[in-house]
Amino acid sequence: MTDTTARPLPARSFSRLFRASPPNLADLVTFLLLAAAGVLIVRGLTDVAQPLSRLSVQPVTLDPRELPGYALRTTLRMFAALAASLTFTLVVATLAARSRRAEQIIVPALDILQSVPILGFLTFTVTFFLRLFPGQQLGAECAAVFAIFTSQAWNMAFSFYQSLRSVPSDLQEVCHGFGLSSMRRFLRLELPFAIPGLVWNAMMSMSGGWFFVVASEAITVGNTTVALPGIGSWLASAIARKDPAAVAWAVGAMAVLILLYDQLFFRPIVAWADRYRFEQTASADRPGSWAYDLFRRTRLLPALLAPVFAVGDLLMALDGGPHRRTVARDRAPSRIADGAWKAVLAALVLGSAWLVIDYVGRSLSWSDTGRAVLAALCTLLRVVVLIAVASVIWVPIGVWIGMRPRWAERFQPIAQFLAAFPANVLFPFVVIAIVRWHLSPDIWLSPLIILGTQWYILFNVIAGASVIPTDMREAASMFGVRGLQWWRRVVIPAIFPYYVTGALTASGGSWNASIVAEAVSWGDRHIAAFGLGSYIADATAAGDYPRVACGVAVMSVFVLAFNRLVWRPMYAFAERRLRLA
Amino acid sequence: MATRTIAAPQPLVEVRAVSHHYGRTSGAGQVLDTVDLTLNTNEVVGLLGRSGSGKSTLLRSIAGLLRPSEGDVRFVPGDDKADPTVAMVFQTFALFPWLTVLQNVELGLEAQRVPAEERRTRALAAIDLIGLDGFENAYPKELSGGMRQRVGLARAIVVNPSLLLMDEPFSALDVLTAETLRTDLLDLWSEGRMPIKSILIVTHNIEEAVLMCDRILVFSSNPGRVAAEIKVDLPQPRDRLDPTFRALVDDIYARMTARPAAPATASKDGLFPGTGIAMVLPRVSTNALAGLIEEVDAQPLDGKASLAELADSLQLEADELFPMAETLQLMRFAEFAGADIQLTALARRYAQADVDGRKALFKQALLAHVPLAQHIRRILDERASHDAPGRRFRDELEDFMSPDYADETLRTVTHWGRYAELFAYDEDGDRFSLDDPA
Repeated sequence: MTDTTARPLPARSFSRLFRASPPNLADLVTFLLLAAAGVLIVRGLTDVAQPLSRLSVQPVTLDPRELPGYALRTTLRMFAALAASLTFTLVVATLAARSRRAEQIIVPALDILQSVPILGFLTFTVTFFLRLFPGQQLGAECAAVFAIFTSQAWNMAFSFYQSLRSVPSDLQEVCHGFGLSSMRRFLRLELPFAIPGLVWNAMMSMSGGWFFVVASEAITVGNTTVALPGIGSWLASAIARKDPAAVAWAVGAMAVLILLYDQLFFRPIVAWADRYRFEQTASADRPGSWAYDLFRRTRLLPALLAPVFAVGDLLMALDGGPHRRTVARDRAPSRIADGAWKAVLAALVLGSAWLVIDYVGRSLSWSDTGRAVLAALCTLLRVVVLIAVASVIWVPIGVWIGMRPRWAERFQPIAQFLAAFPANVLFPFVVIAIVRWHLSPDIWLSPLIILGTQWYILFNVIAGASVIPTDMREAASMFGVRGLQWWRRVVIPAIFPYYVTGALTASGGSWNASIVAEAVSWGDRHIAAFGLGSYIADATAAGDYPRVACGVAVMSVFVLAFNRLVWRPMYAFAERRLRLA
Repeated sequence: MATRTIAAPQPLVEVRAVSHHYGRTSGAGQVLDTVDLTLNTNEVVGLLGRSGSGKSTLLRSIAGLLRPSEGDVRFVPGDDKADPTVAMVFQTFALFPWLTVLQNVELGLEAQRVPAEERRTRALAAIDLIGLDGFENAYPKELSGGMRQRVGLARAIVVNPSLLLMDEPFSALDVLTAETLRTDLLDLWSEGRMPIKSILIVTHNIEEAVLMCDRILVFSSNPGRVAAEIKVDLPQPRDRLDPTFRALVDDIYARMTARPAAPATASKDGLFPGTGIAMVLPRVSTNALAGLIEEVDAQPLDGKASLAELADSLQLEADELFPMAETLQLMRFAEFAGADIQLTALARRYAQADVDGRKALFKQALLAHVPLAQHIRRILDERASHDAPGRRFRDELEDFMSPDYADETLRTVTHWGRYAELFAYDEDGDRFSLDDPA
């Protein structure tokens, strides 16, 4: 697809041949890394094929020697979900961008799915997949992978769709003028154009995904308990046995895992994707990656990647050659077809609404719904207060760091690492403290919901502060602007768009986190804070499906309303007035 | 030097009664109105016009990128019975940043499924021809603007088009680079080294059109029509300082500022499309207007200047100068006389006045000659609260013009009204009012 493989330019392939005559050291290192990855994948896959009953014969043991194996299974789940998300993105987002009618359903659906609490659905998906593959580990694996998938896919698809919609019109005209077929246009123009946004969103999704993989490996729905081998199950087991050392092992393993995947997987991909950035001038600082440089110096990698590019070439070879489609005259789309389509949509919407109301209404009374709404208000209060607290703490720190380029350079990766670190691994330590000092769970469990998501505020503020133009800062200091005025007139307006982005992500994540953070346990001690999260968690543990559905629905409505009424207007305001053009 | 054999011209493309409008039928969205045009072999034809004159729309109709609402574009088969083909060069270059120079040039051949071997040979030959040897493996972002446009040119000619379409190909380049590229292109053309039979070039640069074209079609705006057809018989290479060249340039300036032969009742509003509050106002800054008045008022021009020379000395494109000059005319600060602009007594008073005096003069002119400004002021005066939502005027304008034009017109009148202190506008609340924030 690009210059790397398939059809190397003559000059380039010659120079490569001479430069790297015998396999070099880089080749050896890369080969070892790849071979190890291959062996691990095969081992992981053979385990998946085992029947479910083996899980009870060989339950998760808290033996540190088993930990690398568990970490591997967890990682494999992550990548399986990433592959699924990518496939979903390529198909669904492309469909939405190409067909107006599909767009009418897909775009609002993605928008809503982005903000609903995924953990709440775990109950339904686990039940579904276990029934799909009765008695096999594969069913539980699918449920876990699906949970991660639901945390990744929507924003990737949304970003891809938006990229496809903003492909520059002159490049589209070139494709049209040369009669590029639809497949060729996709591979030559649309996909490359969308790659940087897709990679960035995939990275964000993966960060969120670690949280869900930990939450979804060991799950109890009613009287079914499944503990898939992995770090999440290790953690659950450590909590059940009150073993702080084992929890510490899990934290360490998670840290190593995230570091490895970041350095060996995402940094190289970000560095590679940089070439697809749509810019006409080369930017000064390009993302670097030692692993990418290492891979690039080898002859092995192009050979290994060749099949990937061969697929692209094959697809292009399959197209029917140039065809200059005659452009249709601008015609109003058929009214009747549009009307029929809208009628179908309306029927679907009404039907689903009826289905949900009927299902929930049959076993729940109004007082149950009232309780859920009350609980939601409680959780809302928690989210708002904690976002405010986190902002008060992290905005000044972020600004301080962002204004010092050398510190920003060092801290930005750390903040991103912290955002990727699944906070639920750290929960037990807080629970131990609450149990020991008999603290009020309603207050002291609250910080947990922002533990993992506060970092989004920090690294967005750092990014915002580091791009405040030097001339603006110099002007402010020349006119003696300082203190409160400096914050109000200079810094806060400048970082506001970035802050809103961070706070929006943090608030969405916090709602999700509340499902695991408001109800926790340590050994046989169960601690819960009153809120919608614990409402859903309790209902899940009890296998009370209607109450789960009711809780999830209420939470979805709250999150959507909060986004629409608070974050969207703030975002629009920031875009309009405060963007440094 | 001219080795191109002058065969009897044959028609290549025939454009018959092409009209085009966006959105609803005719009215505000009309961009092209019954345009007829025949392109022959062995000629370079220029489409010259202001922005909004539909010349790019016509070019895209010929390129097959859009289908005009009415009328036909017909390709006349050549001696080999094959339909003529077209390729286009873009103002923005339209290069794929993730493809190298060579891959960019190969794109069209690849789509035609030309075998790899032949593709490479042809692409390298085109790169060689266009003077990009040694840059085959460079990415567009590593190249200067002029070199990028060379890649665009190589990409277009490598597919052997009969007709080369160029959409303001040099307007994104600096003066020096544009000149070199023009000369190189003309050399290649006159030496017959490119496989193309004809070139159609869209431009708003009058000198460029006279320099390059054998035939120039001057377009009038809103809706676009062919206002004049001018044959340029000067031998190539042409000399900008040649008196005949200058005379031709002046002639075209005069034609482009001449009021269309409209009904005698049409006032001086006639230059901008629409009348009354429906007049589309161009985005012209009051600072630029003041600057232009000062420049023409001062020695050595002393109140009268040739538009062509003014454009030259101020380094303005005709497309930038025209709206400014026409705004002056609308407000009776200036008049056109042939290809010259002549300041009125009012403008000369303006040039000598201090800031407040200037604002007063501008306010008077605005109230007297810009109906939309009058209208807004009257509404604000009539209302007890002395304020009105911007939405109200935007909706009103959209009855007469497209939303884009409505937005731009309202923005312009806001800018002028603020300068004249005729009314105030609050962007946050989208409200017009009479009170000053002072």
